[in-house]
Amino acid sequence: MILANDEKAMLDGGDGVAKQKAMELLVRYATALGAERFVDTKNIAGVPGSSTLFLQKYFEEHAGNGGFEAVFSLYDLDAGEVMSVPAATGNCCHLQGGMDLAHWADLGMSREAMQHQRADEAELARHGVQIMKTCTPYLAGNLPLRGEHCAWMESSAVVYCNSVIGARTNTEGRESTSAAMLTGKIPDWGFHRDEYRHATHLIEVETPVESVMDWGMLGYFIGGVVEEAIPVLTGAIRQADPLRHKHFGAAAASSGGVEMYHIVGVTPEAPNLETALDARKPAVTIKYGAGERRRVYETLNANGRDTNVDYVMLGCPHASIEQFRDVARMLDGKRIKTHLWMFTSRAVKTVADMSGFTRQIEDAGGLVMTDTCSAIARAVPQGTKVVALDSAKQTHYLPARAPVEAWFGSTEECIHAALTGHWTGELR
Amino acid sequence: MIVLRGRGIVGGCAEGEALVTRETISGWGGIDPMTGTIIETRHELRGQSFKDKVLVFPGAKGSSGWSNAFHMTRLTKSAPLAMVFNQMTTKIALGAVVTRVPAVTELDQDPLSVIETGDWVKVDGDRGVVEVTKR
Repeated sequence: MILANDEKAMLDGGDGVAKQKAMELLVRYATALGAERFVDTKNIAGVPGSSTLFLQKYFEEHAGNGGFEAVFSLYDLDAGEVMSVPAATGNCCHLQGGMDLAHWADLGMSREAMQHQRADEAELARHGVQIMKTCTPYLAGNLPLRGEHCAWMESSAVVYCNSVIGARTNTEGRESTSAAMLTGKIPDWGFHRDEYRHATHLIEVETPVESVMDWGMLGYFIGGVVEEAIPVLTGAIRQADPLRHKHFGAAAASSGGVEMYHIVGVTPEAPNLETALDARKPAVTIKYGAGERRRVYETLNANGRDTNVDYVMLGCPHASIEQFRDVARMLDGKRIKTHLWMFTSRAVKTVADMSGFTRQIEDAGGLVMTDTCSAIARAVPQGTKVVALDSAKQTHYLPARAPVEAWFGSTEECIHAALTGHWTGELR
Repeated sequence: MIVLRGRGIVGGCAEGEALVTRETISGWGGIDPMTGTIIETRHELRGQSFKDKVLVFPGAKGSSGWSNAFHMTRLTKSAPLAMVFNQMTTKIALGAVVTRVPAVTELDQDPLSVIETGDWVKVDGDRGVVEVTKR
């Protein structure tokens, strides 16, 4: 690798042992990738020092210390010793994880785990990390510029960052983002480089895609057919807005490994088809018509059998403020028969609280929570057997993470299920 | 014995029985890190564990929690003995590095065509060599 002087200095230990160990990990990682150099980054989104009780107890047993700096040193940086961890450089935020600190008991968490999270958050703040606690940092105050080099985790945020914002990040992991927080460096590989950002797969959308549900289904279809490749979409895709991109990208990154997509005339690096394809012919051309739409709907609903719904989960990826407005309107003055949990960031919840949306949802019998979701926390209301979801991503993950049947449909169908206790969703 | 040559991305040597899949693997949400078992709903290896096996697969997909999930298998002693794969991604590069098991990619023959589940496979991550003895 070609190392810049500041990188050599960190690696030699001139900036302290923690930055040295962070650089060592980044060099191992960059070498595995085959990267030749690093890029500078000031925008890092990860889960630094985040520890479950398992990790805390593991390091207590094996290293005599399960505190924040021990977990950060031994696990995040994969170093052989516990170090004093300096403050993060740049603009660093903590993504989703853990639990809502007010509703930990509803999530089935212990008081011990809640207190542990409080202590971790104090450490994060002391180390200069913003406690954003969301999978949607771009809706909660971290919005990079087009072309900006970032180091983000969270596949749904990564695909949004590359595709919708036009900033540049690979799908980083916990260890690489924690190392980047100390060093401001990340391997110059993949999406940081122009030549990597062009589409290879052309998707011709022949059936109209307008609703949030349809955008989610199209994303789920595309992830399944292109896997890690970069698709470019043409055709009947309408009503593009941040909410639809959020559901589309999250779905494509779950059924496959899509980290970037282009929509001609919509996303910033696809003013036309030729630019998105870098003037090459597509390697593969795939049609999305009524038959494909029907099949992806059936795939997403393959797990649903019992139409008696116990639980409706909304907010995957974390709900935007307009989703709160819509759900609050649908529930206003009514009373639900199932459990309903809606997940979001602390930032959006604050606005939802002040706008009265949280109260409208909770007056109807729902619960608004932050930091996590059912799939991440492996938490559903006690006794839940059947869940209704408006997110293809959550439908993909939750039945693998908890013993539940899942129905997938629109937000309106989910609210209908919450009000009646019955799933009546269908492909319209 | 069949010899495949490629690029080692994590050093060290290990040998054992192969567990082969033609489907990419999700880390977070795709495996149970406590046991090394594949849990993804429609995966062809669902219910099978890669613990103490040489995992031969196309590559990684899904959540950015990939490295964390495989890193956890190192702590729970459920990690694969070694990894042999085709598609380089940041998920798998970081995951292999922190799992600290020998890992080889960019092989001169497709390991998914050459290696079958149950074959005895020796992975040399220092030299980038994979030796296969058919069962």
